[in-house]
Amino acid sequence: MVGPLHYLVLAAALFALGAVGVVIRRNAIIVLMSIELMLNAVNLTFLTFSRFPLVVKGNDAPIAGHAAVFYVIAVAAAEAAVGLAIVIAVFRSRLTVNVDEIDSLKN
Amino acid sequence: MAETILFYIFAIGVLFAGAQVVLRRNPVHGALSLVACFFFLAGTYVLLAAHLIAILQIMVYAGAVMVLFVFVIMLLNLKDEELGTPRRTIWKGIGLVSVVGATGAVAWRGLGSAYDSVLAHGAATQLTDMAKHTLPGAPFGSLKAVAHAVYLNSVLPFELTSLLLLVAVVGAVVVAKGKI
Repeated sequence: MVGPLHYLVLAAALFALGAVGVVIRRNAIIVLMSIELMLNAVNLTFLTFSRFPLVVKGNDAPIAGHAAVFYVIAVAAAEAAVGLAIVIAVFRSRLTVNVDEIDSLKN
Repeated sequence: MAETILFYIFAIGVLFAGAQVVLRRNPVHGALSLVACFFFLAGTYVLLAAHLIAILQIMVYAGAVMVLFVFVIMLLNLKDEELGTPRRTIWKGIGLVSVVGATGAVAWRGLGSAYDSVLAHGAATQLTDMAKHTLPGAPFGSLKAVAHAVYLNSVLPFELTSLLLLVAVVGAVVVAKGKI
């Protein structure tokens, strides 16, 4: 029988994968894709607690988790659009997407 | 029983495809692995009775967002030397061990003890019990139930989301276009 713990462990592992990707990769596009992985881990957690609620208050409390996931998907789409636009703008001016070489704020 | 088998198939698929995203050197391979990861995740969403969200995941994420990623990867057209060479250092090994150790410790000790009683209660929560908390004629996770939650109970965040998308579209055009 698959309980909430299985889904939460899967979400934790997926979030860790995304966090590792953000830290170890130097390609800005892959960093953005790792951020998408982390957002999806959060979505999975929302849906898990929506399906297996800890407390139920009000008329339709658990389904609010699905609404939260709806907003996260919309915000992630906006984030991807703006992030990729920034990558294109940086590539146009510096001809690289390596995040280690984009350090003009340091000096 | 079928739910357990499907969950493990989807979970292994999600983790394998997610690892490919992080480890592959070629961004095109990473993007296609991310599409596969989103499809497996949509499968787990269906197991969680979130049918509408699963369809949205495939249409918005695997469809729209990933097309944007692949489009930008093709547009930049990075050469092999620009992708960098793989570097294997002792610090990567130490980092891998610490990440796996920390995640495993949190997952098995923290979640296990915190939700031990909830696990028994939550596993017993049947979908028929969940249906009591939704509208009559709207099963849990259906379009009607989610729409009720989004359009009636949280109208202000919904309107703010439309404003955010408008700002994002304008901002993306302004940032990416050299001269307006």
